[in-house]
This record gives sequence, structure tokens and C-alpha cells, in this order.
Amino acid sequence: MTVLKPPVSSDDHRAGPDGAPVTLTEYGDYECPYCGAAYPIVQEVRRALGPNLRFVFRHFPLSQAHPHAQRAAEAAEAAGAQGEFWKMHDLLFQNQDALEDADLLRYAVSLKLDGERFTRELSAGLHTDRVRRDFRSGVRSGVNGTPTFFINGVRHDAPWDLPTLTAALEAAAAVPGGR
Amino acid sequence: MSTATLPQATTGALPAGTKLPDFHLPVAPGRKASLSDYRGQTVILAFYPADWSPVCGDQMSLYNEVLPDFQEHRAQVLGVSVDGPWCHRAFAEARKLRFPLLSDFEPKGAFARACGVYREGDGTSERALFVVDGEGTIRWSYVSPIDVNPGADGILEALEKLESNRPTPKGGTP
Repeated sequence: MTVLKPPVSSDDHRAGPDGAPVTLTEYGDYECPYCGAAYPIVQEVRRALGPNLRFVFRHFPLSQAHPHAQRAAEAAEAAGAQGEFWKMHDLLFQNQDALEDADLLRYAVSLKLDGERFTRELSAGLHTDRVRRDFRSGVRSGVNGTPTFFINGVRHDAPWDLPTLTAALEAAAAVPGGR
Repeated sequence: MSTATLPQATTGALPAGTKLPDFHLPVAPGRKASLSDYRGQTVILAFYPADWSPVCGDQMSLYNEVLPDFQEHRAQVLGVSVDGPWCHRAFAEARKLRFPLLSDFEPKGAFARACGVYREGDGTSERALFVVDGEGTIRWSYVSPIDVNPGADGILEALEKLESNRPTPKGGTP
């Protein structure tokens, strides 16, 4: 059984209640088309499970395959430093074909972030280590491609189409004492 | 408890403690490599069924990303499949792979057979991993279900274990 190392903590980007019976963790890459395909499915299960689901996103940029992935992940972190991680996360997945630096800045400005600070942090590589740390935790957790999902800390090896993922999450929600 | 940390080979793969059979296989069109070329170095042999697996972050692409971690352990990763050297070249270029791929092509699958990881019916190798020490002894082997990319966590654990068991570093390394 392949489990999440380290477990979800307050260092993670979490959406939904910390006390939710089910936690879905995704290791993803903003330039990966499969992650892009998974994005609306994840949005849908979040809607469907509501307060029963906590969603966690960790970065797993495959930089050799996707030249913009690392920078995009750092952009999400830079937005997160100004309190808007999830809005940037959404914009990146909705605009996977436009991830140049100018695009990233445009998204930051559209979110009314301090663009100068955003650019400065990206240029200085302020968030590089954070993204690398997520990546390494993924390797340790048995992430074998993107996206890789974990449900309550256990790798979900089945497909992630909407019915399969929903069923897996609902089954986890029905297990008492899960998380 | 601790026996459960590293998954063990379940098929006929050569187990830890045995010598890896030597190989002499193409690493590029017109160029061959042998195990003895890597003497003194830890070698990670990653058998996989075929080039061109249709997913992002397939097994070889993942190892490409984890290369700095392997290099920290001074380990050389070698991919192995039954594909020919020209196929490997195109695949490696497309995926920007920064480590060699061996062609177990003629006689087909002979090296995989010698390692106990050839799939007769399919004509490919298993998805098998071997971590081999500088003396050519297998220190860890693992066969993944054919459709499950084994990831890199088992390899890293094996490398760490190998390092902690090593009495002193070999001389002459930088």
C-alpha cells in the first residue's frame, strides 16, 4: 500500500474543512494535459461531496517534459503568498496553453495582486524550494506520473474518471474514523 | 515491521545477493555498454515493456526528473527494453531523457531472460527494477505489476539502505 509521506499538514494548500471525513490529495503539474483533463473532474467531486471533502494540492512539475511547469507552480505559490493560491491554481488549469511569464503576471494582476512583488518573488526563485519539496514528497509517496491522487493518504491506482473517483471518495467517506 | 518497508520480487527475478549477469548491449546505434563499464558505481537497472508509453510522466520520464536524487547517491540509472537502438534514440530525444537506454534486442530479450524478467507470451520484459552495487551484486530487486509504474520510492529506499550498509566510501571518487 502506497501512502502519503509526509501526511497532510498545515503546510499544505487545503480547501474544505480540516475535519472532513475524506481528504483527496492531488500531485499535479499545471502544464500536464492529463492534469488539465482531471481539473474539471476534481471541481465536480468537490461540489458533489461538499463539506465531506477536503482537497489538497501538491506540486509535481515534470520539468523535463513541461518547460513551464515549475514556473507555473512557483506562480501559484507566489499568489499564495498574497492569499490567492486557489484562484491562481484555477487560472493556471484554465489556461494551460498560456503559461509564459507575461501570462503569469497578467493572471496575478487580474487577481489584484501586487504585481511587482509577484514578479520579484518569481525572479528571485523565492518559491523554488517549496515546489521542489512537494515534488520530493511525491517521489517518496510513490507518485508515478501526473496526476496522482491519494484518498485519505492512500494512493488511488484506479482510474480517475468522474464516476470512479466519486465512488472511491464516497466509499472512503462511509468508513468511520477515516481521514 | 521493518521487513515490510521494501517490496520484494514475487516472480522469477534474480533476488538480492545474487550477481547480475553481465551484459553487452547497444546504448546507441553502433555503441555498446557492459556492466563492467560501471564497476565501482551503483547501477539502477529499470526494465520496462516498451518505449512510447502513452502517458505524461511515464516511468522513464519520472526517472529523468528524479535523476538529481539518484546522482546524490552516485547511482547510474539505465533503462532496458527490447526496443532497438534507433527506437530508443527517438524515444529518448522526444522525452529529453538524460540517461542511457539499453537495447535488449538481439537475441531479443536475452538479458531480461538471464535476469528472470522476460514475459514469454508478450515478447517484452517485466517492469522490473534492480539496484546493483559496485561489485555487480544485486542488492534489491522488484517486479511491478505490468500496468503499474513502480515510481521511484523503492529505488531511493534501496539506495539509502545500500549507503548505510557501506563500510567506507571507495577511494578515488570525487
